[in-house]
Amino acid sequence: MSVNADQVRHVAKLARIAMSDAEVDALVPEFNNILGWVEQLAEVDTEGVEPLTAVIDLKLRLRDDVVNDGDCRDAVLKNAPDAQHGFFAVPKVIE
Amino acid sequence: MTLTTKTIAELRDGFRDGEFTAREIAEGFNAAVVAGRALNAWTVETPELALAAADAADAARSANAILPLSGIPLGIKDLFATEGVDSTAGSNILKGFKPPYESTVSGKLRDAGAGMLGKLNMDEFAMGSSNETSAYGPVISPWQRNDGGNAALTPGGSSGGSAAAVAAGMAPGVTGTDTGGSIRQPAAFVGISGIKPTYGRCSRWGIVAFASSLDQAGPMARNVRDCAIMLEVMSGFDPKDSTSLDLPVPKWEAGISSNLKGKRVGIPTEYRIDGVPAEIDALWEQGVEWLRDAGAEPVKISLPHTKYALPTYYIIAPAEASSNLARYDGVRYGLREMGAKSLDDMYAATRAAGFGEEVKRRIMIGTYVLSAGYYDAYFTKAQKVRTLIKRDFALAFEQCDIILTPTAPSAAFGLNEKMSDPLAMYLNDVFAVPASLAGLPAMSVPGGLDSQGLPLGLHLIGRELDEQGVLNAALAIEERAGFTARAEKWW
Repeated sequence: MSVNADQVRHVAKLARIAMSDAEVDALVPEFNNILGWVEQLAEVDTEGVEPLTAVIDLKLRLRDDVVNDGDCRDAVLKNAPDAQHGFFAVPKVIE
Repeated sequence: MTLTTKTIAELRDGFRDGEFTAREIAEGFNAAVVAGRALNAWTVETPELALAAADAADAARSANAILPLSGIPLGIKDLFATEGVDSTAGSNILKGFKPPYESTVSGKLRDAGAGMLGKLNMDEFAMGSSNETSAYGPVISPWQRNDGGNAALTPGGSSGGSAAAVAAGMAPGVTGTDTGGSIRQPAAFVGISGIKPTYGRCSRWGIVAFASSLDQAGPMARNVRDCAIMLEVMSGFDPKDSTSLDLPVPKWEAGISSNLKGKRVGIPTEYRIDGVPAEIDALWEQGVEWLRDAGAEPVKISLPHTKYALPTYYIIAPAEASSNLARYDGVRYGLREMGAKSLDDMYAATRAAGFGEEVKRRIMIGTYVLSAGYYDAYFTKAQKVRTLIKRDFALAFEQCDIILTPTAPSAAFGLNEKMSDPLAMYLNDVFAVPASLAGLPAMSVPGGLDSQGLPLGLHLIGRELDEQGVLNAALAIEERAGFTARAEKWW
């Protein structure tokens, strides 16, 4: 499979990264080069092989359903580029 | 008295025996950090934190309350969240981020009495093998070729600042992280030791996430024993990390022994690849002889899916990264660029301005391989091949106890030599990535110098949870290699 500029532009949109046409054009050959290289996996016979989901065999733990954190609003907001009235502020979403 | 040439064990024991104070140690390394600024190894210097921990250590000694790392100042990779100290993962998108909390691993080191000299430069979000993707600019290796040309070399990556700091005597030990070789390749490039433990040994909590199924913290230091000392403190169960191993931490330092009698060392046929310098193959053969001399029996093994490890990694790691890095949206921390006007524009403008080229490339690849219509062809396929790679190791470990390979396919290369070719850069980790995909403990230990006078590393891969076996085989090599070369100070 190979990608063209429109597809790269679409992926950039999905990834929420603004890209100029020049950046998209530069990325197309790089993208295809990397995809072409990873596609060698197609030659591996994986019939009947389960995809690996946990590299070390672990059972997910459950913990008691109790509050063990919180009450730290100011610490949470401290690094925000724009915090107002105890909230994260963002550009207006609803007209 | 030059304290900055001592190992962690020597500093620890000398401090305990009253040969010198912790303050003297901290002052010595603080001065070395300042003197080494030309290497660009640090993103933040925190001499006051190193001194405060030293004074606490001196007081603890007076009160007979010495902790395991009392008196030892360390460097912390910028990927670790450190309370109140800039933690940016080498990225512009996190510039100025001061976490209100401490990562579990750096917190364990702090609680064990260690001081912090500063934060260490790294490839942006740990994505790179040369430290050249850092928003702070590349780290320069303390090593130079012996051709008199003074060309600036890479210390490797992504833990490039960590590697340079130890090699230049600016820290006796440092933290690194390893997703696909980021501890081992830089350790090899600068002639130091570094171990990536079994996946789950070290908590990932508070370490900026790159590829969560692969990321592991580990120590880098001058020798094998120092790595054992640090790893013992860094490891252990953490309820805040869902993949943390709920197992006791072995006493690796006490258990260290270079007697390998009865051990079988696997030599994987598939790690002999085209284009690797003859010197590296020769060192590998020398390594086999060293382990034989230590009592081990070499056996040929096969890891048939080795050649598919890198392409598998370059699907899985970017896929996980594209998901993990979605959090950098200009809302909760770090950079914000306003864009045209909508919320979506703000996200896209922030991420365009904040991420560097390699990070964008990997987010894009990751987004693509996870997108509708391609998910099974790329991501699921890669996860299946990962199963086969893990199975290769399981079968090999029926015939051997430890695996020996070279750490990297070349010695350190020059800055700018590989930046224009992502695939050539990715090949640096050809020997390191398979153990990462299988979650196995693996370590690089210095083996010798090449004809250019640059360090080469040997790589040991162990069974799941067998860090002791890895450390012991590495020690056997260390004792026989007699690697005492140090970068000649030019900075």
